Amino acid sequence: MTSASLPYNEHHQETPETGVRLRVEVDRAAREPITALFVTAVFWLLLGSVLALVSSIKMHMPGFLADAAWLTFGRVRPGHLDTVIYGWASASSMGAGLWMMSRLCRAPIRYRRLLLASAALWNVGNAIGLVGVLAGWSTSVEWLEYPPLAALVLTVAFLPVMVEAVSMVRRRQPGHVYVSQWYILAGIFWFPWLYATAQVLIFWHPVSGPAQPPVNWWFAHNVLGLWFTPVGLAAAYYFIPKIIGKPLHSYYLSMVGFWSLAFFYAWNGMHHLIGGPFPAWLISVSVVASVMMFVPVITVAVNHHLTMRGSFGALRWSPTLRFVVFAAMSYTLVSFQGSLMAIRSLNRLTHFTHYTIAHAHLGMYAFVTMMMFGAIYYIVPRLTGREWPSATAIKAHFWLCAIGVIFYWLELSIGGFLQGLALLDEKVPFIATVKLTLPYLELRSLAGCMMTLGHFIFAWSLWRVLAGHTAATGKATLLAPQPA
Amino acid sequence: MNHFRIVFLGFLLTFASAWVGLAVLPSRYFATLPFAHDPATGAELPPPLEPLAQRGAQVYLANGCIYCHSQQVRPADAGSDIARGWGQRRTVARDYLRDRIAVMGTMRTGPDLSNIGVRNPSDAWHLLHLYNPQITSPGSIMPPFRFLFDKVKAGPEPRLDALSLPPQESTPGYDIIPNADARALVAYLKSLRRSSYNLPEEPLPD
Repeated sequence: MTSASLPYNEHHQETPETGVRLRVEVDRAAREPITALFVTAVFWLLLGSVLALVSSIKMHMPGFLADAAWLTFGRVRPGHLDTVIYGWASASSMGAGLWMMSRLCRAPIRYRRLLLASAALWNVGNAIGLVGVLAGWSTSVEWLEYPPLAALVLTVAFLPVMVEAVSMVRRRQPGHVYVSQWYILAGIFWFPWLYATAQVLIFWHPVSGPAQPPVNWWFAHNVLGLWFTPVGLAAAYYFIPKIIGKPLHSYYLSMVGFWSLAFFYAWNGMHHLIGGPFPAWLISVSVVASVMMFVPVITVAVNHHLTMRGSFGALRWSPTLRFVVFAAMSYTLVSFQGSLMAIRSLNRLTHFTHYTIAHAHLGMYAFVTMMMFGAIYYIVPRLTGREWPSATAIKAHFWLCAIGVIFYWLELSIGGFLQGLALLDEKVPFIATVKLTLPYLELRSLAGCMMTLGHFIFAWSLWRVLAGHTAATGKATLLAPQPA
Repeated sequence: MNHFRIVFLGFLLTFASAWVGLAVLPSRYFATLPFAHDPATGAELPPPLEPLAQRGAQVYLANGCIYCHSQQVRPADAGSDIARGWGQRRTVARDYLRDRIAVMGTMRTGPDLSNIGVRNPSDAWHLLHLYNPQITSPGSIMPPFRFLFDKVKAGPEPRLDALSLPPQESTPGYDIIPNADARALVAYLKSLRRSSYNLPEEPLPD
């Protein structure tokens, strides 16, 4: 066992007392900016969930809220996508990423005011973006629907996060660097590069029409693969050993996992364009890279599983671990599914169907979102000095969202699969391919209601903590008694 | 590994390789793709859009038609697109040279629209369909776009641009008139004839 297998401090200059003092100092400096990012994130999560539900209901009740232009399906749906991507998932990743980085570098946040401004500006960017999309200025480029002005504001708002992350790395105390630090630093650099490049090549200095979809899907796939995934995996690597109090199974596997992800994931995006009017090499390179994703995914899954082995009992009492392990397992599942969906013969069936939508939610929700819930449950009491109000509320949040998203994924995958079969058979009239999906679209609204209810319970808990209505930290809110 | 500089170089190189491969190279590859020419008339292919259709393309983007409708025809061995009559040939890169935003799409909750202008060139059909898809396509889950129409008091003379609605849809004494966005959108839809002409790299079937 080397100290590099530990997400916490085991190095020579530190006694337990100085370690505790440092952690207190780190959390005190992080208190305002990280709390601001989390509150921002949860606000957009609630709004994004309502937009999601409205879009979902519209798919089986097309007359629902149909008479106002700003509420038409084709505006509410991108409104949902962009608010949950930028408003919720990015803001919570910025918060959780910076906090973990600060703890791991043992370097308190230095640019507190700058980061507070960044959180405020992040809200401004999202507000401009959502209003723009609903007002009819959506770009209709998937995952980049916010008008370019909003994207500019978001890019500027992100810069302080980069500056702070670099500053933490430079100030880090001597000792081994833990794998989470790599993932976070990489993600914090990759995201603005991706976002700015995609904006420039599609809107500011547009490339010709046929070159846009490759740029679009290079961005849209990598924003998951090289931004949400690195921060999500950093959280899994951080919280699993931390909570069960055991070192990571293998430092070397974590390195293999990191570099194979960096190398293969970046090349994945073109599998969204299979069958499209593009050179064969462009598609093939992504199909190959997608299948190669088995390497980082299996490596990470094995490493996490062997770390967890013998400690699964902790899932009974630890709120964070429950969310994090659920998310880590979903990551394995969604990645396996994604690699298979990139194979041409299967893609022929799933392309253009709800199967893809189900897959996207397994990634962005069951993995990324659940991971961020877990991280927030851990971090907020340390920032605020207050415990969560109720174990029952946390359990309700977990089960509503976990059952909700698994049900969403399963039933919509079946619906999408049947839709794909019907679409491939030209003897099936098109309208029949629409009608057969209706029950699955209705069930999806049910799943969406469960998840949205979970989010409101989560927001209620957070509000209680921030309003100071809950007990001071000391006795953690656990889901079950922790065995001695 | 404690050499963050080397690690950082790794971040840059892995990322930059894919950035060059998937974003920069395709952009350069397509940047020099010229228009084709119709051998009979010498006209440029794909043909330019009329100004009204250009405005319609904007309405198409603003209202997110792309979330349910694709605009690409896959080759015969990659799907039923051609068998369903969505195009006579697959679409190729050159078919999108005129697009300010290329809306190839990723969903087929509704049918592909690459050649909707060939399949259905009727203004009246498109307007009725936009006003209430149930009139023309019973069972459709497309939302009605009534906000693209104005309801005006009927005058003594019947208006030529009023929709001819079935009795259960109309209000006596009122006409339903498509607004400028609706007319532009229909012009755009009718202009969609992406794989209806010969290209040297992808001729129409005989």
